Amino acid sequence: MSQKIEETPKKFYLVLQNVSKRYGGVVALEGVDFTIFPGEVHGLVGENGSGKSTLVKIITGVVRPEKGAEIEVNGQKVEINNPFDAFRLGIHVVHQDLSLFPNLSVAENILSHRYLEKTQKLINWRDLKAEATRVMDRLGVDIDPETEVNHLSVADQQLVAILRAIASEARLIILDEPTSSLTRREVNRLFAFIHELQARNISFLFISHRLDEVLEISERVTVFRDGKKIGTFQQKELDKKRLSFLMTGKEISSRPSSVRDLSQKEEIMRVENLTKKGHYEKVSFSLYQGEILGLIGPRGSGRTELALTIFGLNPPDEGKIYFEGQSQMIDSNQVAINLGIGYVPENRLIQGLVLDHSVEDNLVITVLCQIIKGMGLVDLQKKKAVAEKAVQEFNIKTESVELPVKTLSGGNQQKVVLAKWILTSPRLLILDTPTHGVDVAAKESIYQSIRELSQRNLSLIFISDEEIEVLNNCDRILVMKNGQIVGEFFPSETSEEELRKIILQ
Amino acid sequence: MIGREAYLVNKKIFQQTEFYLGIIIVALSFFLTLINPKFLTLENWFDMLRSNTFLGILALGELVVLISGGIDVSFTATATIAQYIMGLIITTYYIDNVLVAFLIPIPIGIALGAINGVLVYYTKVHPVIITISTLNAFFGFLMFFSGGKWIYNFPPSFRSFSRLQVFSLVNARGVQYGFSIFILLWIILAIFTWMILKYFPIGRKIYAVGGNLEAARRAGFNIFRIQLFVYCFMGALAGLASFVNASLNQMIQPNSLVGGELDILAAAILGGASVFGGSGSAGGAFLGVLLIAIIKNGLILMKASAYWHEVIMGAIIVAAAGISAYQQKAKAKREGEILVQ
Repeated sequence: MSQKIEETPKKFYLVLQNVSKRYGGVVALEGVDFTIFPGEVHGLVGENGSGKSTLVKIITGVVRPEKGAEIEVNGQKVEINNPFDAFRLGIHVVHQDLSLFPNLSVAENILSHRYLEKTQKLINWRDLKAEATRVMDRLGVDIDPETEVNHLSVADQQLVAILRAIASEARLIILDEPTSSLTRREVNRLFAFIHELQARNISFLFISHRLDEVLEISERVTVFRDGKKIGTFQQKELDKKRLSFLMTGKEISSRPSSVRDLSQKEEIMRVENLTKKGHYEKVSFSLYQGEILGLIGPRGSGRTELALTIFGLNPPDEGKIYFEGQSQMIDSNQVAINLGIGYVPENRLIQGLVLDHSVEDNLVITVLCQIIKGMGLVDLQKKKAVAEKAVQEFNIKTESVELPVKTLSGGNQQKVVLAKWILTSPRLLILDTPTHGVDVAAKESIYQSIRELSQRNLSLIFISDEEIEVLNNCDRILVMKNGQIVGEFFPSETSEEELRKIILQ
Repeated sequence: MIGREAYLVNKKIFQQTEFYLGIIIVALSFFLTLINPKFLTLENWFDMLRSNTFLGILALGELVVLISGGIDVSFTATATIAQYIMGLIITTYYIDNVLVAFLIPIPIGIALGAINGVLVYYTKVHPVIITISTLNAFFGFLMFFSGGKWIYNFPPSFRSFSRLQVFSLVNARGVQYGFSIFILLWIILAIFTWMILKYFPIGRKIYAVGGNLEAARRAGFNIFRIQLFVYCFMGALAGLASFVNASLNQMIQPNSLVGGELDILAAAILGGASVFGGSGSAGGAFLGVLLIAIIKNGLILMKASAYWHEVIMGAIIVAAAGISAYQQKAKAKREGEILVQ
């Protein structure tokens, strides 16, 4: 294990020694040593709350470390007391939300640091445009400098955010979850750009939940767990499995679900020649009871638009939807809900809880209309009865349904979410990228929930960005591209490589 | 999450707003001229512009506040206090000097604006709540100390200044009319506001803050200074507008301005300023005021009841704010955030 890499400190761009941080009595970071070389891409991984964001806050001057910490930049001992100190040292963050100004032009965003200068000169628009073009040309980026940023794709916005750091002479750029909204093709472009900058001796700290991408781009990877540094490793020493073990301390067995025979099952929904101009074209498929159907494809492939059509929010131009054998006009989400179709947008599967509210309140929120008595008031007795029944049925461990959900363990919270959806007695649930931006352990519990839902004879459409996750968790996989279904597979008949090839082609 | 080409369709949205406003103004003018040929005379236009200078100057201030992502509804009280103090000073000491009268209300407006700015920044309460509160507090103070007394009998120079014209013409009936000095003041202020917004770093920072406050904070912009500037600018223009108003009416009534906030908000929003911040332009605000002025003028020429003015103004605000909100929603949709439920 290469915990200590024997190098003369002078060679490092950034050296942190004995960095700790306490918030009140809680230790967020404990005695961390950390280094980055000039021109290095350094991966930083850890679960939520592992201390990696505290480390970033210390490097960028948002919070100050406890006494005894030492920070060196370019061989000089420094103190980073506020974000300006970090800027001056050339340390910049590209936040996950990119923190761009959507209503300003690309040129203004790239050069926004100019507005910070003490000498307040009038703005020379021609000069601004020329300078921004120069920065972009130098790095081979071709974006119209006069376009407003909100008219760019997320991938282009990402480049603008990095260019902005470059324009204010960044030496170290911290990328916080940079790929979470990018397609694979866009990720490739981003990585090529990072390599380009690497060659100019610019260092990157790459923070991501996507471990395969961390392994792909980083030279070294530092792992955090529970406020401690587990170690810094050469990329060669690691693979995804080992990395997630180091992060969680647990062996996570993300194995394929056992093959289930669903041929005897009844068809619950059939879609025929569904077309919506500009969204998707001639889409046909069937869905069986209790089936988990994976829907994979790049963003913009029409998968979300298709899902929203089934949920009644994006009426099709042509084609038919048969639900439980009957042809249905699903022209509003009210119709869909009445049929028993649910749609869970990104992240909602786990974010669907109001943590400060009681278990009871969280459980009944989806079925309020069923527990209303006269005058539109909530029947409190019935509410309690419904909640207690659910707690029993789903084996949720809590002393009382009146306790706030946040007092429950993670696993039991997840059960509350599940119970909440089941109470609406849905027949089909569409999950739109439920694991987007979620860490390894949480992902695993989402997969678990999905399987449990399907065992209750619920059919699921599982929209995903990751080939491996549909392979491991779905009964059947549809691949969507440019508004069309281009492939249908059983997980046992295909591989990650094959799926990726089809998507990228 | 629709195709990328969709992102490019709505480019240059500000120009679009101004373009459509221009078309509506031309069409409406054409229509009104058909009904009453008097509409399209220089005399009517000069008169219309002069009587809307107060509105026009305030709309420029409101525009800047809206761009920054804030809102100010207290400016009528600010203007009333500024003009009342000015009136008291020049009538009590009988200062026969327009320049002095002109300069008194501005610092008063700035001071009251600063109160708004400080409260908005430090309390983090929504500016609409803050400025409704200060509107009432300012106005209450004024009514208490003034006892609601009107001020008139201004020095002669104050009276003659209000009749000053940049150039004058004579109409067919031999009556003289002209281009009021106040219209010139309005136009100069519009150009000044446009310059600030387009060419001064503070102006770009105002757009930046309105576009993404958190990003502005992270970029190291001094948010307090920007918000303070914005509300002080509004205050300064309220002071200036109050001078124009007192001068045109030759009378200061403590209760005549408060209640007219919505006309100004409507003009700014109609001119392309978003209630969500980050967009709007001085040219748009100017055209917004012009459109409202034409509608009001048209209603008078059509001899419609005064109550219809209120109805129409209410409808304009709902329509303008509705369109603005719709655009926001359409934008969110373009960016793939399709909202469910």
